[in-house]
Amino acid sequence: MSTPAILAEDLHKSFGDTHALCGLSLAAEEGTVLGVLGPNGAGKTTAVRILTTLLTPDSGRATVAGLDVERDAAKLRAQIGLAGQYAAVDENLTGKENLEMVGRLYHLGRDVSRTRADELLERFELTDAAKRPAKTYSGGMRRRLDLAAALVARPPVLFLDEPTTGLDPVSRIGMWETIEARTAAGTTVLLTTQYLDEADRLADRIVVIDHGAVIAEGTADELKDRVGGERLEVQLEDGGDTERAVAAIGSVASDTPVVEDGWVRASVASRNGTIAAAVRRLDEQGVGIQDIALRRPTLDDVFITLTGHAAVDDEDVAVEAEGVGA
Amino acid sequence: MSALAMAASDTIVLARRNLMRIPRQPDLLIAYTVQPVMFVLLFVFVFGGAIVTPGFDYVDFLMPGIIVQSIAFGGFVTALGLSEDVQKGLIDRFRSLPMSRSAVLAGRTFSDIPLNLLSLVVLLAVGFAAGFNFDSDFAKVVLGIVLLLFFGYAFSWIFALVGLYSSSPETANSIGFTAIFPLTFASSAFVPVASMPDGLRQFAEVNPITTVVDAVRHLWLSTPAHSDVWMSFVWCVVLIAIFAPLAVRRYRVVSV
Repeated sequence: MSTPAILAEDLHKSFGDTHALCGLSLAAEEGTVLGVLGPNGAGKTTAVRILTTLLTPDSGRATVAGLDVERDAAKLRAQIGLAGQYAAVDENLTGKENLEMVGRLYHLGRDVSRTRADELLERFELTDAAKRPAKTYSGGMRRRLDLAAALVARPPVLFLDEPTTGLDPVSRIGMWETIEARTAAGTTVLLTTQYLDEADRLADRIVVIDHGAVIAEGTADELKDRVGGERLEVQLEDGGDTERAVAAIGSVASDTPVVEDGWVRASVASRNGTIAAAVRRLDEQGVGIQDIALRRPTLDDVFITLTGHAAVDDEDVAVEAEGVGA
Repeated sequence: MSALAMAASDTIVLARRNLMRIPRQPDLLIAYTVQPVMFVLLFVFVFGGAIVTPGFDYVDFLMPGIIVQSIAFGGFVTALGLSEDVQKGLIDRFRSLPMSRSAVLAGRTFSDIPLNLLSLVVLLAVGFAAGFNFDSDFAKVVLGIVLLLFFGYAFSWIFALVGLYSSSPETANSIGFTAIFPLTFASSAFVPVASMPDGLRQFAEVNPITTVVDAVRHLWLSTPAHSDVWMSFVWCVVLIAIFAPLAVRRYRVVSV
């Protein structure tokens, strides 16, 4: 079997008392998208910084395109593109000047850099804004320019560190479409995100990390299967009797129903006849309902099942100061 | 491409990038034009009458000093720019590119040179208008200008280090100002060192700013030279030898 395009083995990295990575291992086969999913402070950014040679690990080893992140750092950099959550563009330069500069720094030469800049501006729908300083761009336009900069040298491996964090929903979907078009072209991508729907949509395989180590991996479907089958969700009428509702739903569920904010949720073994049975039992108990539905578990359910907390947890934000001053 | 050609090409690309922002942020030019002019006028007309400079008109005494001060501060754009680049994540991008590890800093410090030259021209023009005149031969005047630009380049590396250690451009600016302002005043730039109290006088005598100011006075006004001229060049080399490696080392690990 060939070496994966991205390979990390037992990476450790600490900043003082903060253990950002505690034995992280992951692999992405060539031409696939690996989603790295985890809350703020889980170690996603530290992992990306090590794989892109911005940071050296305390121990463990990693290769990208077969090149060691420490020994072959200089060669490795020619094989990768990096787009991050900071939208690293020079605000005083125009979109075109930014891309030309990056091309020159990849040593593509003046003419190639210029042609490539025009191509990318066109593809990322920035041609109209090409001659405006980047400081006049919207958040979504900056991210597109940042991603375009990462693609200037057509690198075989691309690192996208939370590419849509802070974007409005419309820009996010636009960004997803752009990334999908790129990944269709055979580039290997490592994508970090704290949005489960994003990993679900873009990634071939997902690793879920928490506290600096992988806690689960697989395809989105495999991860969802780990949580169990379908979920039955019932919204009670205001003032509905939750005890009776739990009893009614418990009789059709495969686990103990959970009550939260007027909703009662439980796993069920099969789709067939479940809603009809649930409605009948609720009716027998005299419990009025506003809504009832069956749904596949989302990655949110996966995350809560695996870690005991939700994926986006504001209390963890402080820990994201990971790289600072290191 | 050889490593050296690569470093040169990367440095030029980045120096160009730094200079492109100047016309787009004309307020930066104020530091190189309006500010030094204001200083010359204030010193010549406010303090000029009160400061005794035996053997000189005050404006002749002042100009080398005030030019050295302006040029010492010229590197502030390097501190400002680097600190901004760190904050905005651009340094991460540069560090992930297959480019020379010294080019970002060399590009910054080199692009300070034309700006320092600009401020030198503006200052000399105001100086001439206020009555300053060279009293030396052409070659020495030019050597004085070369020394000033080299000195400015050395100070740019100090600012590079400040910029890479600052958490924001504002901090970079105030650290630079707080460190360098007293250094320029506790020197022979504005008043004769002999007029200072003990302690301060000894500090001013060994202050490299004094060495450079005295060297420029010698080159432009034919004052006695002592060893100031070659010592000035030595100082510049020493400053670069200390601060450039420190700045490059910091650059390799700095992060957002």
